[in-house]
Amino acid sequence: MSQQAAVQAGEATLIIRGVSKTYRVDDRPLSVLRNIALDIEPGEFVSVVGASGCGKSTLLRLIIGLDTDYDGDILLDGRRIEGPGPERGIVFQEPRLFPWLTVEDNVALGLDASGTAPRQRERSVAENIALVGLTGFEKAYPHQLSGGMAQRAAIARALVNRPEIQLLDEPLGALDSLTRAYLQKELLRIWQQERVTVIMVTHDVEEAVFLSDKVVVMEPRPGRIGAVIPIELAHPRDRAAPDFIARKERILRELQH
Amino acid sequence: MVDLSAPISVQATLGRRGTRPDAFWRGLAIPAAIVIVWTATVHLGLVESRLLVPLERIVALPFFDEAGRHLWLGLGASIVRMIGGFTLGAFLGIALGLLLGMSRTAERAVGPSFHALRQIALFAWIPLLTAWFGNGDGSKIVYIVLSAFFPAALHTHEGLRTIPLHYFEVARVMRFTWWQRVTRLLLPGALPSIFIGIQIALITAWIGTVGSEYAMGIGRGIGSFLAEGREQFRMDVVLLGVLVLALVGYAINLACGRLFGRLLHWQGDTR
Repeated sequence: MSQQAAVQAGEATLIIRGVSKTYRVDDRPLSVLRNIALDIEPGEFVSVVGASGCGKSTLLRLIIGLDTDYDGDILLDGRRIEGPGPERGIVFQEPRLFPWLTVEDNVALGLDASGTAPRQRERSVAENIALVGLTGFEKAYPHQLSGGMAQRAAIARALVNRPEIQLLDEPLGALDSLTRAYLQKELLRIWQQERVTVIMVTHDVEEAVFLSDKVVVMEPRPGRIGAVIPIELAHPRDRAAPDFIARKERILRELQH
Repeated sequence: MVDLSAPISVQATLGRRGTRPDAFWRGLAIPAAIVIVWTATVHLGLVESRLLVPLERIVALPFFDEAGRHLWLGLGASIVRMIGGFTLGAFLGIALGLLLGMSRTAERAVGPSFHALRQIALFAWIPLLTAWFGNGDGSKIVYIVLSAFFPAALHTHEGLRTIPLHYFEVARVMRFTWWQRVTRLLLPGALPSIFIGIQIALITAWIGTVGSEYAMGIGRGIGSFLAEGREQFRMDVVLLGVLVLALVGYAINLACGRLFGRLLHWQGDTR
């Protein structure tokens, strides 16, 4: 509990300043991100949309710390990100559960690394499995889960360390539309309950409008921010409401630039 | 000789576990046909040759024949020899495979020598080994160790190399300790391939056992049993030896499939 209180008190402000990323392809520089600037407030739900190849996943890799070779600054509470840290979690597009571990042990991976006491480990795991609605499947192996269940287990694994910032890389992209709509509501519930900062990359503009406080529209080649559109509608949002549709269409217009 | 260089896919080799009953009976069709044709040929007098021995005589041999009874001691000696050689060879092989797969430095330093050595056909070792260790058990054991060593090392290395990069990213994001990386990611991730390596090492160790006994004549063993049968022109003894060889190999495969299938239950049904 003390951990959670600390999170709520912590000002997990993420500041991205003039970030550029260049890959070398066949010995020629390929600019993937150019001059990205973005401030993300604690507790905000931010979505990043954009065409394939606009560098949105690269941006997440930089924020999570899997790639530290970039220009500019990504500052978390004023400190430059130099690698992965316990205050940031990520859910990849694929669940990436370890097939040789049960749901329970997969979820506990993050705790094991931080050396959590067994009793606390057990409780945290049970809490997070319940949070994503997988109670009863603790002892199941990944091959026994459906795609949606596996992705929920991956969300529980990312949340178990109580990260201040939760990154989601097209987390629902591979799921069927029913499961997707259901998990969107679940994400909303978890976000409201846990008060974490969420940065989600998605292809789905409606998903972005349904969940986010603001939507970042990125443009490709090189990846840069085209527009940041605030969505100040109250939750739960009605996808058929005129306000909702107006925002969705504005984002779609921005994407067609 | 079995090709040691080609790693075999996990599914192809372990997928056979849990064979359904009808598949089992279907698998028996060809052996049954051979038995029928063989028996008919012998008893109808279609072929008159000392090379063709009635099956029932071969089966009775280890119980009712002076030369045939040597089978038991020979088989026992061979199995003991194989277990000894296999254990040492597989242990060393898995250790080297782990080292090559976990340490870049080791791979760069030891890898090329290892890959050059494994190109030497196993039988080519025999003259060297007999020169170094004589014709006794020493040479045979070393030969068996070598036959188990290469497939075990190769498949262990391969198992580590083919763990998806995705999982390593998870490990980095979760900030695994070194110990966690080994016990939660590297070892379990490589395990299916290590098991295949063990299974192949058992088979090659068995082939190596018989081969070494046959080629380095002195002492007891199923290979020597075969060699004696050939020298005395006892076709029944030779055929018995071959039959027993095949049965032991088959039993090894069956046992491995069952055991490893159970240990890798997290893979689900790979059929």
